[in-house]
Amino acid sequence: MGEQKAFVDTAAGDGRKTDAAVVRDALGVGVAVGLSGFAFGVTSAGSGLTLLQTCALSLLVFTGASQFALVGALAAGGNPLTAAAGAFFLGVRNAFYGLRLSQLLALPRVVRPFAAQWVIDETAAVALAQTGRRQVRIGFAVTGLSLYALWNLTTLLGALGAEAIGDTDAWGLDAAGPAVFLALLAPMLKSGTERAVAGLAVLLGLGLLPVLPAGVPVLAAALAAPVVLWAEGRRQDGRGQR
Amino acid sequence: MSVWIAIGVTAVGCYAVKLVGLLVPEGALERPLVKRLAALLPVALLAALTAQQTFADGRELVLDARLAGVAAAAVAVLLRAPFLLVVAAAVVVTAGVRAMGG
Repeated sequence: MGEQKAFVDTAAGDGRKTDAAVVRDALGVGVAVGLSGFAFGVTSAGSGLTLLQTCALSLLVFTGASQFALVGALAAGGNPLTAAAGAFFLGVRNAFYGLRLSQLLALPRVVRPFAAQWVIDETAAVALAQTGRRQVRIGFAVTGLSLYALWNLTTLLGALGAEAIGDTDAWGLDAAGPAVFLALLAPMLKSGTERAVAGLAVLLGLGLLPVLPAGVPVLAAALAAPVVLWAEGRRQDGRGQR
Repeated sequence: MSVWIAIGVTAVGCYAVKLVGLLVPEGALERPLVKRLAALLPVALLAALTAQQTFADGRELVLDARLAGVAAAAVAVLLRAPFLLVVAAAVVVTAGVRAMGG
């Protein structure tokens, strides 16, 4: 991945960001997203989960979309295994992030089981936006640590304060999620290929939502990547034959 | 008790997929097509998640105050606003539109 203009304003001479700039960008993401653990704590407690269950989800699952999906399904009266399957499907995308990160981070094998828990949308987005192994590692570690610490702290506070705050939607907290994803996505849309993938993924994700079980449309939208690559390959072949 | 079963299954499953991604042998990723795909998959997933979290209410598609909030966030992104400001714009605008009865 190349430079990431939305977050960067300080660059070293070779076009790489300084360590301080990477740390600042990583903390920006970690703090902003970490604070939204508050919304999860409120939602989970509001869905009838206990304080311990709510905190266990943030500590052990630690992938926001899956956590929201699970408490949503449980609150809707879903069977626990179906609810878990939906949350699991949403979590499968983290395997794709790991696939890319393992190469860029080049961690020793003994460290990987510990780093794995931090492989999520936000750490992947920050790490992939860096150039140079040192910057990738700093971005991943700082985002992971700040986000994990804050997400769990604010989950606890949110669950405790759920009754005090009342309707979280009235506070606009349900718009934080998509805004976070949009801010992470925007710098990745560098060329027509990326934009085509994003556009097709939006169509698939929204079009399939009413007809497929929760969590599955997002996975189906991942097919936009191979489809666009295949179409691009065909176009180049066609050009070669002419 | 059944809630704890759901939490346990989700926690183990979600951790397993994270670890699998990191443990795939490096040789498997050296082909250019695989590299290209691994770079494009997050784009597809983030785009689909953004759209769903903006327009989905359960399994229905709706237009509500979130759209105004996300639109505000998009403007903030285009203006190269810092990350926290992008999220704050979405939250404040969404809350504002709802307060006005939108």
